[in-house]
Amino acid sequence: MSTDKQNISWSIVFRIAWRNLWRNHRRSLIMLSAIALGLWGMIWMTALMRGVVDQMIDSSIKTLSGHIQIHAPGYLDDPSIEYLVPSLDKSPALQSLLESDDVVAWSQRIRVPAVIRSERDVLAVTLVGIDPAREKGLSFIGDSVTEGDYLTSVNDKKLLVGKKLLERLETKLDRRVVLMSQDPENNIAERGFRISGMFDTDLEATETGYVFAGLETVRKMLDMGPGISEISLLGHDYRELDGLLDKTRSSAPDADVRTWIEKDPYMGSMLAVMDGFVLVWFAVIFLALSFGLVNTLLMAVFERTREIGLVQALGMKSRNILFMVLIESIIMLLIGLAAGNILSWLTILPLKDGIDVSSVAAGMEFAGMSSTLLPAVKWPDVLLANALVLVLGIAASLFPAWRASRKVPIEAITRVWQ
Amino acid sequence: MPFTATYPIIVTNTTLTLAWRNIWRHPRRTLLTIAAMVFADVLLVFMLGLQLGQYQMMIDNTLSLFSGQMQVQAKDYLDEPQMYRTIANADPLADKIRQETGLQAVSPRAYGFALASSEKRTIGVQVTGVDPAFEDRVSTIPGLIEKGRFLSSISANEAVIGSTLANNLKIAIGDELTLMGSGKDGSIAATVLPVVGIFNSGNRDLDRQMMEMPLGSFRDVFAMGNDAHSIIIAGNRNMADVYSLKIDGLIKENRNLRLHDWETLLPGLKQAIQADFFSAWIMYALLIILVAFSMLNTMLMSVLERTHEFGILLALGVRHGKLGRIILTESFVLAFTGMTVGVLAGALLTYYFSINGISFPGMEEMGARFNIPPVITPEVSLRTVLPGPLAVLIATVFASIYPIWHMRKLRPIEALQAA
Repeated sequence: MSTDKQNISWSIVFRIAWRNLWRNHRRSLIMLSAIALGLWGMIWMTALMRGVVDQMIDSSIKTLSGHIQIHAPGYLDDPSIEYLVPSLDKSPALQSLLESDDVVAWSQRIRVPAVIRSERDVLAVTLVGIDPAREKGLSFIGDSVTEGDYLTSVNDKKLLVGKKLLERLETKLDRRVVLMSQDPENNIAERGFRISGMFDTDLEATETGYVFAGLETVRKMLDMGPGISEISLLGHDYRELDGLLDKTRSSAPDADVRTWIEKDPYMGSMLAVMDGFVLVWFAVIFLALSFGLVNTLLMAVFERTREIGLVQALGMKSRNILFMVLIESIIMLLIGLAAGNILSWLTILPLKDGIDVSSVAAGMEFAGMSSTLLPAVKWPDVLLANALVLVLGIAASLFPAWRASRKVPIEAITRVWQ
Repeated sequence: MPFTATYPIIVTNTTLTLAWRNIWRHPRRTLLTIAAMVFADVLLVFMLGLQLGQYQMMIDNTLSLFSGQMQVQAKDYLDEPQMYRTIANADPLADKIRQETGLQAVSPRAYGFALASSEKRTIGVQVTGVDPAFEDRVSTIPGLIEKGRFLSSISANEAVIGSTLANNLKIAIGDELTLMGSGKDGSIAATVLPVVGIFNSGNRDLDRQMMEMPLGSFRDVFAMGNDAHSIIIAGNRNMADVYSLKIDGLIKENRNLRLHDWETLLPGLKQAIQADFFSAWIMYALLIILVAFSMLNTMLMSVLERTHEFGILLALGVRHGKLGRIILTESFVLAFTGMTVGVLAGALLTYYFSINGISFPGMEEMGARFNIPPVITPEVSLRTVLPGPLAVLIATVFASIYPIWHMRKLRPIEALQAA
């Protein structure tokens, strides 16, 4: 009889595997929970970390950087009024690019180092002349004025000051401050401003570093001709800027055109470090899981030595036995993964408004983060986590499955579990 | 009655022997379980060593750059650094602190703000008046002079400035800078100083904004009399408590003065470390729980497969409590073996890297931001080697509670009938 070993139909192999799985339901449930918990840890932790990095990048882009910046060559080394980009009406190619669909938002600015003086104190700041309407959606200043009024036009003669700077200067809204900077002829240019609004941001350095006024008002104060310090623009995706960068460079050939990563290499490296972290974290969790997985399957196989020998003697092919164990493991992995995904979804959903970590706000600020954490679920990460556990899980089950299929019937039947 | 005295010892011995033998009935299963623990232990020891090593460097490098270990300041100066909030007669106080603590790294400073104009440019700068005789003991800036030299004496008429600032002002060594600001009493402070040195600290803010000049000339220009804004104290961080006690004693009678430690001076640094430490422990906890699951499964299996055997023991009159102790001992021995191997392997690995250093891609940019060198040397000490493995040990021993609880329900007859 042993000569006509046959392939048993898949449905039988599947049914045996399913029943085997629940013979020791405690053990299987423990393993299932471990898989679910492991997957949850992968997805949840990555979502949190990705959220942190996303926020840092977002905040870096919104702090006047934009996705791409256009300056006169030399400005970035020496941000003074000496280096100006010609005004837009002189470069129609650039103008039409900015108005095209590739660009989501853009604005032009005059940006010079200045000194601000109140009745009580004197501090160094960067004076930024802006087009108030264009800054909305482009940089933080468009939507972070919490007290007083935002600027109305490029000719607005008032000033926006950060909350912390207002405290340092010991002054208030509607009071006057004096700004000093340098005009193109190297003379001191001075002008009094009434404080129209106060802006509030996550980062103290931003609040003390910048003051904003209307673009044309600053131009008049500095007694300068046409020209601007920078153009900042947003594309569609901060990771995919190569195409837009090339177009911008060809339409502004004489200018210094850079992406936010080139301007802030720390943030760029954070992105790379994050990708590395995700892989390492997945590997660590999977390894911790795999010990238990291999152990569980090995136990399941060993305690069935006799019956495996029996079904082999009855004509089951060793390949079928291999698949039987593999399918048992795959079912376990799939149920565990499903539970893990549901658990992740259930725990991330309530956090979509962010986790308040303001108790360590100064520390988050030290690292350039805001005091609310927003988990960011990225589908590639979730898919990778699931695929990794499934594929490597099957790979880890190969050894127990092979052990099971290798049994010689007679030895297996007569052998008594020690 | 002497019987009772020796009884517990016998119990302990047989329990231990039985437990040890039981563990090795399934060498493969036991080895896999131990491997899971060793894996977690090694990872925890290494990561903790790496983290603490990194924090140490972050703190040391940040503090040694400019702020020192602690500072004496006027009462409200930290929150609202106004020029008139000074330490009166700072030099005799600094001398007293030196005598009392035996430290030489005690240096008074004064801070002001001024418009600095070169021939081509005018920029607002942070002016710091320092005592050249002591400044190099509390700050690394004097050693980070890139061009030229540091300040020569307390009354010299000269200045050193940050490299970015020098760039922006378009000046070189020997060029003159005109300073315009206001003094402590509100009077106009103005002077002309030749730049004798340019420093490159690697810290963006300092390099972009800071200028140092001798404290004596600073006092003359800014009408400071004999005052200072802070007295910087540096020294062995492990001795900080001793120093602060002594300094507190010195400034106690002057109600205008406060001593701040680095945690108060740089709250961001401490909280950044706390936030990082906390998020790391969430990850460690997850890893530990996964290993505990592995242990739970192993112990549950080993209990379930011995149902028949336990039935015999119960029928022979062995108490449930004794069986529970055997299982608990088994799990403890298993966990302890894992911990021993894990601690040794983890410490060796970490020790290797503490000698050779370790570096990741992207570390250079991160390093520049957090004042750490691009190569980290992890720390190997009891506080990095023990907490992780101990947590694994506790978690895994806890995991054996369920199997014990399960076993307690066993009745001899039913257990004997089990296959």
